[in-house]
Amino acid sequence: MYFEVNSLKTYCSNGSGKLDPTQKSVVFIHGAGFDHTTFVLASRYFARQNYNVYAIDLPAHGNSSGDPLESIEMMSDWLYTALNQLGVENTALVGHSMGSLISLQFASDHSKMLRSMALVGTSIPMPVSDPLLNAAKENSHDAFDMANTWSHSKAAQLGGNENPGISMMMSGQRLYERSKTNVLYADLNACNNFTNSKELARNVATETLIIVGDQDQMTTPVKALEVASIISDCRTLRLNPCGHAMFAEQPNAVLDGLISIV
Amino acid sequence: MAKPPNFKFDTLSLHAGQRPDPTTGARATPIYQSASFVFPDTDYAVGLFNIERAGHVYSRLSNPTNAVLEERIAALENAVGGIATASGQAAMHLAIATIVGSGEHIVSSRSIYGGTHNLLAYTLPRFGIETTFVDPRDPNAFKNALQENTRLVFGEILGNPGLEVLNVPVISEIAHSAGIPLLVDATFATPYLCKPIDFGADLVMHSATKFLSGHGVVIGGLLVDGGTFDWEASGKFTTLSEPYAGFHNLNFAEEFGPAAFITRARKEGLRDFGACMSPTTAFQILQGMETLPLRMQKHVENTKKVAEFLLEREEVDWLNHPMLESHPDHELAKTLLPKGCGAVFSFGIKGGREAGIKFIESLDIFSHLANIGDAKSLVIHPASTTHHRMDAEALKNAGISEGLIRLSIGLEDSSDLIADLKQALRASQK
Repeated sequence: MYFEVNSLKTYCSNGSGKLDPTQKSVVFIHGAGFDHTTFVLASRYFARQNYNVYAIDLPAHGNSSGDPLESIEMMSDWLYTALNQLGVENTALVGHSMGSLISLQFASDHSKMLRSMALVGTSIPMPVSDPLLNAAKENSHDAFDMANTWSHSKAAQLGGNENPGISMMMSGQRLYERSKTNVLYADLNACNNFTNSKELARNVATETLIIVGDQDQMTTPVKALEVASIISDCRTLRLNPCGHAMFAEQPNAVLDGLISIV
Repeated sequence: MAKPPNFKFDTLSLHAGQRPDPTTGARATPIYQSASFVFPDTDYAVGLFNIERAGHVYSRLSNPTNAVLEERIAALENAVGGIATASGQAAMHLAIATIVGSGEHIVSSRSIYGGTHNLLAYTLPRFGIETTFVDPRDPNAFKNALQENTRLVFGEILGNPGLEVLNVPVISEIAHSAGIPLLVDATFATPYLCKPIDFGADLVMHSATKFLSGHGVVIGGLLVDGGTFDWEASGKFTTLSEPYAGFHNLNFAEEFGPAAFITRARKEGLRDFGACMSPTTAFQILQGMETLPLRMQKHVENTKKVAEFLLEREEVDWLNHPMLESHPDHELAKTLLPKGCGAVFSFGIKGGREAGIKFIESLDIFSHLANIGDAKSLVIHPASTTHHRMDAEALKNAGISEGLIRLSIGLEDSSDLIADLKQALRASQK
């Protein structure tokens, strides 16, 4: 569905479901350079369970218009505006990678709006390597190659997808290639500059699940478990073998985890 | 820092899509010869049917052995996904049926496999789909043939029988300018020699019966989706960009993004037309693909030696292969097929139809049959077999001379092949 945020056309997938104000909601926030299609399987599951599903494309991502936002704080503020626009007063929030930072910020600022939260592939802080950041700044295809390769475990780089006939690596690559100019850089830069996140995590009172890929090179298990140790009401789900692209590499295990928290 | 290393072609040919079996530890891909798969519970079952869960339901839709093959060809072609089908013709039909409907139109190269020509020229019009055939060497012909209702542009990477090299970068640009995808049949090349998606094609199909298998023991097809075409932006593909009542109003392009086409092809095309591959066939094709790089190198090497021999023979009128400077597409071939232009080619034998028959019947090692891409060398004389009903004039109109011989060069020792050809050429002139 399309709606407007700050007068800009914005898209969110409802997982082919219907919206009913009397039902619970779940909101999905994607990672850097990505869009709502990350969550297609989980979105469809929760839609069938009669949740109001909102897998939102951030500005300049997927089907949403506008320019990319410059900071995680701005993205969280934007999300608050978007949820108001959608009439969402209380929801579970699922954030992948950059989306997990947005979720953390949102949980700190608007805890009363959250029923629960899942951080999938997270780290605080979330530093981005100079080669990746520089390549993204130059809008070089190398940035897509780096981000995509490092997002997949070695096993996933060879394949063996649970989803029949689909290449995890090429699906990720094409999603990056679809991203608009400067978007990946803006996103990675926002992640890199989000440095006060530990303080925020201490403030989070929302029940939280952190899903950890044991071969995650983008947000390492050590960092993810550190986040889990800081958030007061938090449990973890560890996936192995699994890299950062958890929704692609282990869609069924991730969904099971989400079912337990959403 | 350099880009992170990705697995190379030879490694992907052996490993892509497969991990050692988690239950038994089997290193080889097991043949999951099962029609259906048990559901853990009813909610999980619904999840599989409704594309919430990843997994298998029924082997017409997907199968674990087939999935390995599908991922492997996707990895080798730089595609987001693949589907294994009952034959190359089934892959072709699946591609068309997913995005072209009654009242719509296809622009196709006219130098294509006879079976594909039959489908496009005679069968599909019965279902309201018309095709305009054009010269594969004339980009303007493709452009001029586009109509408001055109939904697909099609060509073979190496045309049949002329081995015209399809100018994929130029033809794809023409198609894309009209909001239309380009489908390429890359059977003659395999991804080892050319990856059409890297040059602008959107969809690629193979008769996996041929070089991908190499052994000539199964019939199978493969269709892959580059994930590069923007179906929503085109606005011409309602099967992908509008809710589909046949799947609870699922909008494939919105929900699956780059994988929209291949997902619809599986969820509708395999489901409804049912031209799926047997898992045993998938296993056998996988055995062939493990040695694809090695075999294609030898195919190309042997082809070069055989062609050089034939060019020196007085019994040979002409020889047509893009590796020759005399071929009109030689320069284009160097760009699109730098490792070689395959192992199928034609030559003309002096003495016409009669000489052709004598030649064929004198061969010992070459097998006389209607196939290509086997590890064994193959030969056919169209004027006396596939096109035997045509007189000289009709053959000429089809681009086939009475003395045309088509060879598919195999993996035998090249000196044995040359010796066989030598004695058969002599016999043909007696």
